[in-house]
Amino acid sequence: MTIAIIDYGMGNLTSVRNALKHLGADVVVSHDPGVLRAAKGVVLPGVGAFGEGMAHLHELGLASIIKDEIAAQNRPLLGICLGMQLLLDDSTEHGQHKGLGVIPGQVRRLAPPSNDPPYRVPHVGWNHVAASKTDGLFKGLPENEAFYFVHSFVCEPERPEDAAGWSEHGERFVCALEHGSVWAAQFHPEKSHKAGLALLNNWLEFASSC
Amino acid sequence: MLARRIIPCLDVRDGRVVKGVKFQNHEDVGGIEELARRYAQEGADELVFYDISASPSGRTVEPEWVGRVARQIDIPFCVAGGIRSLEHARARLFGGADKISINTPALEHPDLIDALATEFGSQCVVVGIDSRVIDGDWRCHKNTGDPSKTSTEHRKTLDWIREVVDRGAGEIVLNCMDQDGVREGYDIDQLAAAREACSVPLIASGGAGAREHFRDVFEQANVDGALAASVFHKAVIAIPELKSWLSSEGVEMRV
Repeated sequence: MTIAIIDYGMGNLTSVRNALKHLGADVVVSHDPGVLRAAKGVVLPGVGAFGEGMAHLHELGLASIIKDEIAAQNRPLLGICLGMQLLLDDSTEHGQHKGLGVIPGQVRRLAPPSNDPPYRVPHVGWNHVAASKTDGLFKGLPENEAFYFVHSFVCEPERPEDAAGWSEHGERFVCALEHGSVWAAQFHPEKSHKAGLALLNNWLEFASSC
Repeated sequence: MLARRIIPCLDVRDGRVVKGVKFQNHEDVGGIEELARRYAQEGADELVFYDISASPSGRTVEPEWVGRVARQIDIPFCVAGGIRSLEHARARLFGGADKISINTPALEHPDLIDALATEFGSQCVVVGIDSRVIDGDWRCHKNTGDPSKTSTEHRKTLDWIREVVDRGAGEIVLNCMDQDGVREGYDIDQLAAAREACSVPLIASGGAGAREHFRDVFEQANVDGALAASVFHKAVIAIPELKSWLSSEGVEMRV
């Protein structure tokens, strides 16, 4: 089973590739539309600014492929960190930017009640996650497992039923989404040790069943 | 709630992990990948690799071992040592490091911090600061990897912390030099003062010798993470027991 990791110039993809390979997947890192079309599952990773990420996807001609040929065709797609945020309608990071519009919702800055300790932004480190769906990404994982986060912005899905996991950093926020065949995590499963590998393995099993 | 981080620090010289006392008399404590793997398995929250021979000799770390480390572990890690340009940083980040840390080059060219933060984002830009009291003030030091080249900066540590955060640093590692390697506890006074000055995550470094030292620095200086080397390398403290004890003491931990 071939998994394609989308290479669109937004950060380090090595760790995602290593983790999926470790789990036995046949992994290809590419921005070639043909490769993405042929893959069994597609991962949209990414670190960086929302506007820049969308600009790169458009330049490479990948925005319509992700939206129309992968998400709309109910093919397995996993967004990680910025890759999760790009799936939504729009973001207020450095202005107003249109996203892929695959999952209805907005991206906004994390807004803890004050910037005093312990609620600094960016939210960096290991935080606990409460799963609101337990048959997808979090299948078989212990309750309240910790994952590694690095971000300043959060997703607000329009439909509550799209939320799969929640975390808290001064405010409670959605940190995982499951919307049909499109799943996503705000944290970095590839950097979250055993819990992260278990979550990625759940996605690989889902992808292979599609 | 966000967990406080326990961070083993691996000082790397010539491809091996070494450990000195007050930055001198380094001895070999093991292979890079072997120790990295062991600490990840034991529950370390993050690792920091310092190439301590890099800055004084004008070299930079080999991106090649960064890639090897990335293939071995699935927790975040930071690479420090002689990173003087965007290209140096890019090679390490694309090799699989999550963060890069700059120390001496930041003191020599503060604009490097702005450039790194703009290019890669503040979340991966760590500024390391080596600090000790000189003439009644905490002051920065540079080239601390080589005692013969170490020098005191005119900059005061707390002013420098404010400046680097303004320039875009996403995290500060404050190494209190008088405590380094002596295992008598973190420099709570200096770290608490730094905490007041620092609006981004702050990592304590230098002085860990007992589990109480970790509790004290989290409770009294309110740091986000505690970095230590010799107590882990020499198995004075085991990470799993440390984390469960801290958790029982009310410190938020990933256990």
